[in-house]
This record gives sequence, structure tokens and C-alpha cells, in this order.
Amino acid sequence: MLRRDLMKAGLAAGAATGLQRAAVAQTPRARTLRMVPQANLTSLDPIWTTANITRNHGHMIYDTLYGLDAEFRPQPQMAAGHVVEDGGRSVTITLRDGLRFHDGEPVRAQDVVPSVQRWMRRNPFGQKIASVTDAVEVVDDKRLRFRLKRPFPALFAGLGQVSNSPAFIMPERLANTDPFQQVREAIGSGPFRFKADEYNSGSMVVYTKNEAYVPVSSGTPSLTAGPKVAHFDRVEWHIIVDAATAAAALQTGEIDWYEQPPPEIQQLFGRNRNIRVETIDPLPLIGILRFNHLHPPFDSKAMRQSILPAISQEDFMSAVVGTNPRDYRTGVGVFTPGTPLANDAALAPLTGPRSIERAKELMRAAGYTNQPMRLIGPTDILAPSAMTQVGADLVRRLGYNADIVLTDWGTTVQRRTSREPVERGGWSMLFTAFSSFDFANPAAHFPLRGNGTGAWFGWPTAPRLEELRDAWFEAPDLATEQRIAREIQEVAMDELPYVPVGAYMSNTALRNDLSGRVAGLALFWGIRRG
Amino acid sequence: MFAYVVRRVLATIPVMAVVALFVFSLLYIAPGDPAAVIAGDQATPQDVERIRESLGLDRPYLVRFSAWVWDILRGDLGVSIFTNLPVSTMIAQRIEPTLSLMIVTLILAISIAVPMGVVAAWKQGTLIDRAVMAFAVLGFSVPVFVVGYLLAYYFALEWDLLPVQGYTPFSEGFWPWLENLILPAIALGSVYIALIARITRATMLEVLQQDYIRTARAKGVGQRAILFLHALKNAAVPIVTVIGIGIALLIGGAVVTESVFAIPGLGRLTVDAILRRDYPVIQGVVLLFSFVYVLVNLAIDLLYTLFDPRIRY
Repeated sequence: MLRRDLMKAGLAAGAATGLQRAAVAQTPRARTLRMVPQANLTSLDPIWTTANITRNHGHMIYDTLYGLDAEFRPQPQMAAGHVVEDGGRSVTITLRDGLRFHDGEPVRAQDVVPSVQRWMRRNPFGQKIASVTDAVEVVDDKRLRFRLKRPFPALFAGLGQVSNSPAFIMPERLANTDPFQQVREAIGSGPFRFKADEYNSGSMVVYTKNEAYVPVSSGTPSLTAGPKVAHFDRVEWHIIVDAATAAAALQTGEIDWYEQPPPEIQQLFGRNRNIRVETIDPLPLIGILRFNHLHPPFDSKAMRQSILPAISQEDFMSAVVGTNPRDYRTGVGVFTPGTPLANDAALAPLTGPRSIERAKELMRAAGYTNQPMRLIGPTDILAPSAMTQVGADLVRRLGYNADIVLTDWGTTVQRRTSREPVERGGWSMLFTAFSSFDFANPAAHFPLRGNGTGAWFGWPTAPRLEELRDAWFEAPDLATEQRIAREIQEVAMDELPYVPVGAYMSNTALRNDLSGRVAGLALFWGIRRG
Repeated sequence: MFAYVVRRVLATIPVMAVVALFVFSLLYIAPGDPAAVIAGDQATPQDVERIRESLGLDRPYLVRFSAWVWDILRGDLGVSIFTNLPVSTMIAQRIEPTLSLMIVTLILAISIAVPMGVVAAWKQGTLIDRAVMAFAVLGFSVPVFVVGYLLAYYFALEWDLLPVQGYTPFSEGFWPWLENLILPAIALGSVYIALIARITRATMLEVLQQDYIRTARAKGVGQRAILFLHALKNAAVPIVTVIGIGIALLIGGAVVTESVFAIPGLGRLTVDAILRRDYPVIQGVVLLFSFVYVLVNLAIDLLYTLFDPRIRY
């Protein structure tokens, strides 16, 4: 109990009843989880935007047909099960009993089909599913069917995708919204309800427990699979942009959980016995150096390769999370370390002795003649900012004719859309980071695409990468997936659509009276007080 | 007087029009793209382009400006690109915390700074005077956020007397409301107190040299009456002017203070909107701020007549 609460209780109550009143007053607090999220929740539609904070909001209020467990295996969530027929070309999914939207309406296949179709228009994994699907159709209220052009083993993994716009199920009237427009309401069937009347973007987001929610009856909570049991009646996201203030609020007990404290604040928490710091996801985030493949100097493969001897993943990661090796990984390839597809194929150019001089030699051999290049990056987002600072130092030491443009994130994301050459405002290089889920396999791995102008910013053309990605979707077993993943990494390390600059752990800080947190991202089922 | 007030109120219209044109143009040429921010880091360029089209951001300058002005003339400030909420709703959600912070800061600052300045003038050259001036220099020199952090550290973290952050609406009780505002108001008011104290002292020193003060003393009027009834009233015009000018200072300082103390006010709303390029919100808030500033200036002008009967409009 806070000292000032005690003072207030003492002032407000008589001597005989004071403590009783204080105890009664504490009860609602014990049933409320107060958390400082990683960012402000500005958009409520997780299909419309791929912002991680909106994804987290989505997991609060929506549910998915399938969840992924910590091993990234799909498990039925809203689905009771499925039947595969016609040699794998027909997949009929049955919804489990007891599913209801927050407005009281039952969840029907008529809601699920447009939700999945809307998702398939925006999400790359969904687009891939759409390309192998003849139709998604309603069989009856409880069943829907995918009629596929050919067997597609990754279907359930796609429907259970955790990050980057998961296939959340919405009521039919909302799911029919154009996927490039925001839905007007936030109504799902998930374990929490969104309190629209208390929503104050930039200040507070409130959820209440969905009393009508029926969790899956078996299994244990694991990422988005298993029973989603809410132990708090109310969850409040307090938007506190100032790290020191959020840290102080956690120390005084005004909040219970600080999702992403910066490294220096984590050190501060290490001295407080009421707070523990732990990794939010057992898997790390991955930092990348992205080239612009459309214009010199990095339209040349030899130029891209020349930089490899100078890349020290340790330098980049130390800048992001500090010098404790526990907090970062080196020797990182194109897949998330610790996941089944991570491998060491073709990583020698990144793991041997580091040499600026060798990189300069390769630059000269590649024909670098002092062409201008531009590095763009943000100053207001922790990891990309730190990596950009290291990158800026690196390109200066390598002797590039470099223009370093550091701006706020809003400007950076606009500038990176430019396909113009440097002299007309374009860019040559940028740094950013992706979550572990994004790089766990080729499906959602944007920077690994080689489909030219259709690819993620930087627009590399690497047809072999596309072929291998397609082959991965069709892989019948993990061994085949892993073989393809090795080949993907070999091609990627040769073509260099980007350079992996290391992986780092994201830590979270909680009051010690919280337990049962489900690892992976900020999920609010399972976690309880006591 | 009435005609003057009407004239001044009408004069705000061209001022607001210029502000509107300036703000819109500035945002139009400023770098940044809300569509890219909305689409997120994982979006493809095609996604960004589709969102830009759906938001109408690909339309020419004049078309967008005309549509915005037309909406404003109908009393509609538009809808936030991100939250889909009307800008007027977002402003309404945020106005109470900012207004509360301003009011508490103003009351605190005036009730501390004016007596400080008066006493410093009265005790000119003494230790008290030097202490007041030292405080004023400190108030000017130490940034608001440093004062804020120090206050939060001692009063909230170390001594646990006041909350670190947040805001409680007035409707939930006077003390819960005030409790959250004490530290931010002191932090925000530090510069303001210094400014008003210095001006009060300087003006009082000038007034205290006047013949009528000497006459009052010769007639045996008490020191307190001389200072607060005769001198202060005649020194009030420049003090009131500075208080008015200081409102702009407070608006600027509120942005920092609201960030440090996590107060969901208009300052934070403005910064958030700028960072994500939420044009309708930026335009709405800037228009509101400029309107308030024009009104404050009008109020100050009218107050002059109260303190100096020679002034007539």
C-alpha cells in the first residue's frame, strides 16, 4: 500500500474502521492490471495497420481460428478442428461451441469468411494463401471450407500467424470493410472487451474481462495457443512516453508492468526488490541493414558484398542493448536465432575477423568512385536509432561519400518510400529491426523478398529467393523446410537484399506480485496477481 | 467599450485565417507521411500508396485546403487520420487536464511571485532581495523537465507524498484532482514565478520612487497599505502584461510538463500528432491555441482599464 494511500485512509476513516476501509479500497486495485505499453495505441484496426501496438490490442479483443504455440506449431483456437479431404485440396474448419462476439452475437462462419478474406488482401501470408485458393466458402453457421488449388500445408500456420496483422475474426458487418479503410468499431470475441468510452489515445486504453469468453478446454497457455484465461477484471494501458516517469511509476506501484523499459532503466530496476526484469520473448529481435537496390552504389552486388567484412554484429547490438552478451546474439543469419529454420549456412563473411581495410579493398574492386550515398534513420526509436548511429560511423570510416540524414520516425518512413536516386532525395541505406515472429520463416519475412518493385522498401530483385519462398510454402515436413531455409540463406548472403546486424533480447519489467505471464509478447491472459 | 470588444473579437477572424493558412501550408511542405506511419514497418510500398489514396492525401494542395476550410466554416475540425475520432472530441478529452494545469500554475505563480517581487523591492539591496533575485535566476536557468524530475524523485519516489504521474478529473474530487497537479504546477510555474517576480520587483522599485508614495509615507500610511494598495495597483499594468505574455510560455511549457508527468493534455496531444503527422489534429490544436492566445490578449487589454482608469477604449 502506498504511504499516501495510508495517509488518506487514516484521514478519511475513523480509527476503528480505517484499516477495513483501506482493505476494501484495495480490492478493485488488485483486480486491475496497470501497464505501460511499448507505444501509444493510435489505430484500432490490426488489419489496416501492421503497428505492433495495434497487434497487441488485437490479441486482447479478437481471437484467431488457430493459435501458434511457443514452438510455432498451429493449434486450434476458435476452431474445434478441421477435416482435410480431396487429397488436401479441401479443408473444412468447424468452429467450437460457445464463441460469442462482445455484442452478444454468436460467431458464425458468415463472420469468419469475410474476416479471413479481408486479412488475405492485406497480409503477405494471406496473399499467398489466396493465390492457392479457389474459394473460401460458408458451409453452414459452424463450418467454413477452403477449396485449394493444391495442398497447402502452411494454411493453419498462416491462419494462426501471431504478428504483422494476424487473421483476427470480426463480426461480418465489420469484416466487410475495405481492408484499406479502418473498421469503425472494435468488437471481437476475444478474452477482453475494449472500453470505447474510456479510450483516450495518448493517455489511456481500457479493457474489461469478457465474462462470456469460453477458453479452449485443454492444453496450457503457450504464445497464442491454449486456454486464454483472463485473471484481471480490468486492464489499463497507461501511455507514459517518458521512460523516467514510467520507471518511477513502476517503482511506486502506480503501475504493475512496464513493457519495454530502455536498457539504462532496466539497470535501475535491478536494484529494486519489488521489480523483476525478464525477457518478454524468449526469442530475440533482429536488426538489419537494408540497401536500396535501385540506384548506385548498392545496385551492385559486389558493392553490397564489400561491406560485409566491416560489419560487426557485436558493435551494432551493444549500441542497442548495452554490453552484456546475455542481451544480444551474434552470428545471426536471416532467420530468428532459436527457431527451427535458423542455420549457419554462408555466414562466414559475417563471422570471420572484422576488417575495415578489407572492406575498403573490396569497395575499390567493386568500382566505387566516390558516388554519393545517403543513410537515413530515425532519432526517436531506440533500436533503429542506435544501429543508425553505428552505421553512420561505419560508412564514414569506410570512406563513403555519405550524407547522413537523421530525422524523426515519421519522416524516415516517408523518405524510405522514395524510389528516386540520391540526388533527387532518395536513399541508399537504412537500419531497422523486426520481431522474432517476422523472421521465423519465409512467410512474413519482408526483407527477404526478391520480387523487385513489389518487395519491401529497397526493392531487391532476386528471383531465386522467390522460388525458394514458394518451395517453402509447399514443403511437406520440417526437414524439407530446413533444407530450403539453408539454401535461402546461401542465396541471401550472396544477393544481400539486406545484412543481418545481430539480434537482441527485449526485456520487460513487472512488479514481483505478478506471475503466470505468457511469454512471446504482451499478452494478458494467464498473468495474475500472486 | 462594448464596441471595442466587438471590434477586437471580429479582428480575430483575419488572424485565425492567417494562422490557418500558415499551419496548413507548413504541414503540407513538411516531410513525413501519415500513410507510411499507419502502414507500419512491415508494409509494402503498395500498401502505403493505397492507404494514402484512401485518406485523400494524394489530392492537390488547393483541393485539400479548400475542403478543410469548408469543414471549419461548418464548425467541423475534421477526423483524426489515426484514431478515426473527431478532432473536436479529442480536444474535448484533453482540454480539462491542460486547463487545470494552467489554472493551478497561474494561481500558484501569481500568489508566490507577486508578493516575492513586492518584498524584494521593499527590501532592495538586502539579503531578502538578493535571495529573491537568485531564485529568479535559478527559475529561468533550470529547465522545466529538470525541476519536474527532481520534484518527482523526492516527493513521489523518495517520500511517497504525491503521485508520480497521471491526472484525475475534477469530477472525482478536489483532492485527487489537485494531488496530481501540485508537482507539475510547481515545475511548470518555476519559470513563470521567476519572470513575474522580476517584473514585479522592477516595476515596484520605479513606483516606490514616485512622489505620491512619498506623500503617503509623510501622511503616516502604513507600509503594508503603501506596498499593496498604493504601489502595487499602480505597478499592475506591466505585471498583468507579463502574466498575459506568460500564457504562451505556459502553453509551450505544458508540452514538456505533460510529458514528464504523463498528463493527458493538449500539449501531449500536439506532440503525438506532430510525430505521427496526424494533420487534422495538429491543425485543430494550433487553431485552438492561437484563438486562446488572441482572447487572452483581449482580456489583458480589458484588465488595463481596471488598474488604470486613465485608459479608455
